Amino acid sequence: MDMDPDDVFRDEEDDPENDLYQERQASKELLVYLVDASPKMFNITCPGEDQKNESHFHVAVSCIAQFIKVQIINRPYDEIAICFFNTREKKNLQDLNGVYVFNVAEREHLDNLTARFIREFDCVEESFNKLIGSEYGIVSGSRDNSLYNAFWVAQALLRKGSAKTADKRILLLTNEDDPFGNIKGVTKLDMARTTLQRAKDAQDLGISIELLPLSRPNEEFNVSLCYADLIGLDGDDLAQFMPLAGERFEDMKKQLRKRMFKKRKVRRITFMIASGLSIELNTYALIRPTAPGTITWLDSVTNLPLKAERSFICADTGALVQEPPKRFQIYKNEEIKFSTEELSEIKRVSTGSLRLLGFKPLSCLKDYHNLRPSTFVSPSDEEVMGSTCIFIALHRSMIRLKRFAVAFYGSSARPQLVGLVAQDEIVDAGGQLEPPGMHMIYLPYSEDIRLIEELHSETTGNMPSATEDQIQKATALMKRVDLRDFSVCQFANPALQSHYAVVQALALDEDEMPEINDETLPDEEGMARPGIAKALEEFKVSVYGENYDEENENTAQGKANAASKKRKVASEDALVKCAYYDWPKLADDGKLKDLTVQELKYYVTAHKLPVAGKKEALISRILTHMGK
Amino acid sequence: MARNKEGLILLVDVGPTMHSVLPEIQKVCSLLIQKKLVYSKYDEVGVVVFGTEDTKNDLTKEVGGYEHVTVLQPIKVVDGDLVDVMQQLPRGTVPGDFMDAIVVGMDMLIKKYQETIKGKKRICLITNAMYPIKDPYEGTKEDQVYTIAEQMAAHGMKIDCIVFKGNQIHDTHDSIIKENDMLLSIFSKKTKAKAVRVESSTSLLGALRTRNISPVTIYRGDLELSSTFKIKVWVYKKTSEEKFPTLKKYSDKAPSTDKFATHEIKIDYEYKSVQDPSKVVPPEQRIKGYRYGPQVIPISSAELEAVKFRPEKSVKLLGFTNASNIMRHYYMKDVNIFIADPGNKKAIIAVSALARAMKEMNKVAILRCVWRQGQTNVVIGVLTPNVSENDNIADSFYFNVLPFAEDIREFQFPSFSNLPASVQPNSEQQEAADKLVMMLDLAPAGKEEALRPDFTPNPVLERFYHHLELKSKHPDAAVPPLDATLKRITEPDPEVISQNKLVIDEFRRCFDLKENPKLKKSTRRLLRDRTSGSFGGEVVKNEGRSTDLVTSTSTVKVETIGDSTPVPDFEAMISRRDSPEWVSKAIFGMKNKVFDLVENSYEGDTYPKALECLVALRRGCVIEQEPKQFNNFLHHLYRFCQEKDLSSFCEFLASKDITLITKTEAEDSEIAEGDARSLFVKAEPNSSK
Repeated sequence: MDMDPDDVFRDEEDDPENDLYQERQASKELLVYLVDASPKMFNITCPGEDQKNESHFHVAVSCIAQFIKVQIINRPYDEIAICFFNTREKKNLQDLNGVYVFNVAEREHLDNLTARFIREFDCVEESFNKLIGSEYGIVSGSRDNSLYNAFWVAQALLRKGSAKTADKRILLLTNEDDPFGNIKGVTKLDMARTTLQRAKDAQDLGISIELLPLSRPNEEFNVSLCYADLIGLDGDDLAQFMPLAGERFEDMKKQLRKRMFKKRKVRRITFMIASGLSIELNTYALIRPTAPGTITWLDSVTNLPLKAERSFICADTGALVQEPPKRFQIYKNEEIKFSTEELSEIKRVSTGSLRLLGFKPLSCLKDYHNLRPSTFVSPSDEEVMGSTCIFIALHRSMIRLKRFAVAFYGSSARPQLVGLVAQDEIVDAGGQLEPPGMHMIYLPYSEDIRLIEELHSETTGNMPSATEDQIQKATALMKRVDLRDFSVCQFANPALQSHYAVVQALALDEDEMPEINDETLPDEEGMARPGIAKALEEFKVSVYGENYDEENENTAQGKANAASKKRKVASEDALVKCAYYDWPKLADDGKLKDLTVQELKYYVTAHKLPVAGKKEALISRILTHMGK
Repeated sequence: MARNKEGLILLVDVGPTMHSVLPEIQKVCSLLIQKKLVYSKYDEVGVVVFGTEDTKNDLTKEVGGYEHVTVLQPIKVVDGDLVDVMQQLPRGTVPGDFMDAIVVGMDMLIKKYQETIKGKKRICLITNAMYPIKDPYEGTKEDQVYTIAEQMAAHGMKIDCIVFKGNQIHDTHDSIIKENDMLLSIFSKKTKAKAVRVESSTSLLGALRTRNISPVTIYRGDLELSSTFKIKVWVYKKTSEEKFPTLKKYSDKAPSTDKFATHEIKIDYEYKSVQDPSKVVPPEQRIKGYRYGPQVIPISSAELEAVKFRPEKSVKLLGFTNASNIMRHYYMKDVNIFIADPGNKKAIIAVSALARAMKEMNKVAILRCVWRQGQTNVVIGVLTPNVSENDNIADSFYFNVLPFAEDIREFQFPSFSNLPASVQPNSEQQEAADKLVMMLDLAPAGKEEALRPDFTPNPVLERFYHHLELKSKHPDAAVPPLDATLKRITEPDPEVISQNKLVIDEFRRCFDLKENPKLKKSTRRLLRDRTSGSFGGEVVKNEGRSTDLVTSTSTVKVETIGDSTPVPDFEAMISRRDSPEWVSKAIFGMKNKVFDLVENSYEGDTYPKALECLVALRRGCVIEQEPKQFNNFLHHLYRFCQEKDLSSFCEFLASKDITLITKTEAEDSEIAEGDARSLFVKAEPNSSK
């Protein structure tokens, strides 16, 4: 067992090993957008957000633009390429007609997203006609097949990276449900066949092809004409496809900026049920506060990254010391020294495993028995076969008997009592809402619990408590203001979203700072609905009486008056006292430091400067104020 | 500092029925003094015991009476002697009268402080309240207690009563206990008092608050039910982790003659360019950068300040919802408590009405909170009712922080019902599990709930302060073992285990665990290692192998002692010559390994392996001439085994001829040839004790 000296003093939460797990990204995705740029995409319009008609091309491009802005935050390691097909100009490695791969300098065709790429893609429409141009590529008389070419280019781009470590996708956006419509006879069949073959080849290489169709206002996109075969749809899927595609489009636009994490275990632990009977568990961090991302310190002159170097300096001699082996605590006016080994030995009150102590009814787990986010545990048979079986049996019993397990978790950072609460799987149409397993809840010790309730206990009689009528009124209110489908994760964190937006705005040189919609504000409108307003008013009257507001005002004012009066007197006093001193002279002679803090405060109070801080701070504040 | 000093009187019942728990009381009281020495060294403490043969207090001299109450220590500023006083409480011989003791304690506080330090005077009574108090000269006992309680309130004193019930409840005392309970409850009606009853010695350790933290509100203001209806509330922390003390780094650079040396170490940070490490950048020239794709976007703190999300300070109700919508595991942080503004009767009633209605309807409230002006984030949380059972304590709410959408990771796990039949428990197994869950009960009806967080002390802190005290007397004192009372926290209660032996054995019989045969040997670590073949042969084999491993593995640079091949790892490490630290690292690692093996053994199954390690350690210590390391360790291990009921390991070692390193083997050893076996010779009578 190797002991890292720092290890002993570290919290479980800032364990570097944990950080590693948290920062690790989901396995990456390689994605090629194929955007149809045929004249039809420009001609046909559909009603946009503000009731103005927008071209399909605009809809497709703005959707991608929005999506990649989210993607660069959520999954920065993904690689993206954007290809237009049915274009006048061509730009691709194969030099195929009618396909234009959009890119910016210093970037491969299929690569990580960069700010520049996003920025330039944002204005691709403005210069589109000049640089790329729209031209339908499948015309009779020529053997060119732009759709075929597009698949070919996309497949060639996706040759990069192995299919094992990356998801490869082609996303096709078009409004043409019959690309070979204006071709007749054998050529049509031949073209359709070769295109289909090209798509199948790609799929055989582990590339999935998805279609995002854009429907004309009064004519639905007919998938079965050409694309059903191409993307492998039949039967029920076919019927379901169009409505689902519409939803996907909406989802893509609304997606939340949220870092994605790959599922991986935090650590593997043993759960000792009885002596000689231990099973194997994996722990996962399902719920952890998300920080706005790691800060990299830069040199503000060169914008180059910096690294911090730590050195230890002896406070007595100023000598440089190596990482000191001992720590000390002042106790009885002496320095009591501890070695790192001793400290880790003190913390080793149990072996590192999780040890079952017994079971309690769930009612014993109080709402205040909490310190940190819970950890999810799930069984594993990887090393000890039979673990899962025991776990499932206990899990079922605990749910049925409404009990939770109390165990001691001897982690090296903070050995602690934990509650294991069994959670049944909850599934809905969208998938698994709650995975089956147990949640490890970190229980406080008696030292960690504060006795606040008793702090203000009434000593002269009983505490006033609510009457039946008042409780009735509160109940009525509760029935009115009921968040029926509340789910804990329905709110986005406004602080985090605004941070992401700011980083994006600065990275893309956006002119104005984005407004963030704070979803966490109460629904004022809803609260003002007559039913709710009435219930609120009734409860208010039953508790406060009819003319409460004045009383409230009075008591509040009374208090404020006392405090503000005191402050006023003090400042007037300071003003008078302040006049006794010749401040500029004192400052010039460097005599300010000879005054007491009390005296210095006359000046700062009189000039309404902050009064906090040490003497040096006060002096420097005074000097700054005098302009010296 | 001194402004907040507390005056405390500890009143301890040392009567005959208390003797069994006095060791625990000594521990918890000295811990209290020790924490005061560290965190509030200006506090003053006096110690009074009652139930003693003798009598020694001012009142008995002045007015007579008050027999068997002894002032062990008049009120004084906490110091090391007080810890010693607490560790040597006398054993009394007569049933004590706790009311007499309370009066003596009050008298001491009044004489010492008169009207000063109001609200900071506290009496802490520890008794089992098994004996009746004397009848007063006039009036009833109740009247007397009322008078005392009123006096106490007038002087701004608080009283905490810890009543130890023990397991032995005698029927004969029932009426007395009831009467005493009633008398003590008068205090909580009339003064700031708290009475707790504990049954086990472990909860006794947790019942006394060993550190006084004056609570501060994190928010005072309106709880806005709507824009027109507001309730004045105060918010405090309900739980907050008491951290392991932050020890300072020690520097031994100062000359020993320097009496004023602080021995502290300052940490200095320098920022250097990654590309050019010779270039140091002053801290103010730094700028924060955030990743955006592959790039890092610099954002100056001024820019960040200007655009930061800054909500207004407020606490607003979003709505109510069914309690079942909020699962327990979504609670994110330590817990807050909302109480109504104590001076505002209407607010108290409003909170009370809401709390009671929520409890009745099984609802919770969802809030959006911004505690301070200038805070740069909002908190969404759930308010749950905390209806008071006590007439003079107001109803309140607990508040737990909930996660945002970004904080939840949607990992998928296989559904249990989809797992193969081989891992599904059959009905017999399910029944065994049901029984285990039912019978291994920590909250049996009619008895105290075991390991209630409210009464469970932190064993690590207890052990640290114990060691601190030992070290203050002997700087080289070893880390003390975890004592038996605290072991009830880290290990299952042997009593519960033995009562349920049948259930546990049945559970063990029903389920079959085996190690996964597909795994390589090196990764197996969870199951006990079954050493095959005779034990002696194993060691010899290992020795033969290990010598050539030293040369072969040292090139691989072993840095830790692994689980699969501890002996070769150790030998590779100890023979590394690239740094002098490796010897001590190897020895340290091996010691831990041995402890692990011994501690995790089940009926001695890991002993042979532990022995191998021990043999290797001994050999290593002889080669490196570190006999003390081994000898001290062996002593330590021996003591450890005695404490942990593992004396079978000592016997095992004695039978295998493991001896201390003698002077002939290593020069530095203080063990003469004849004494090498002394440890285990001594062991025999001890272990039979």
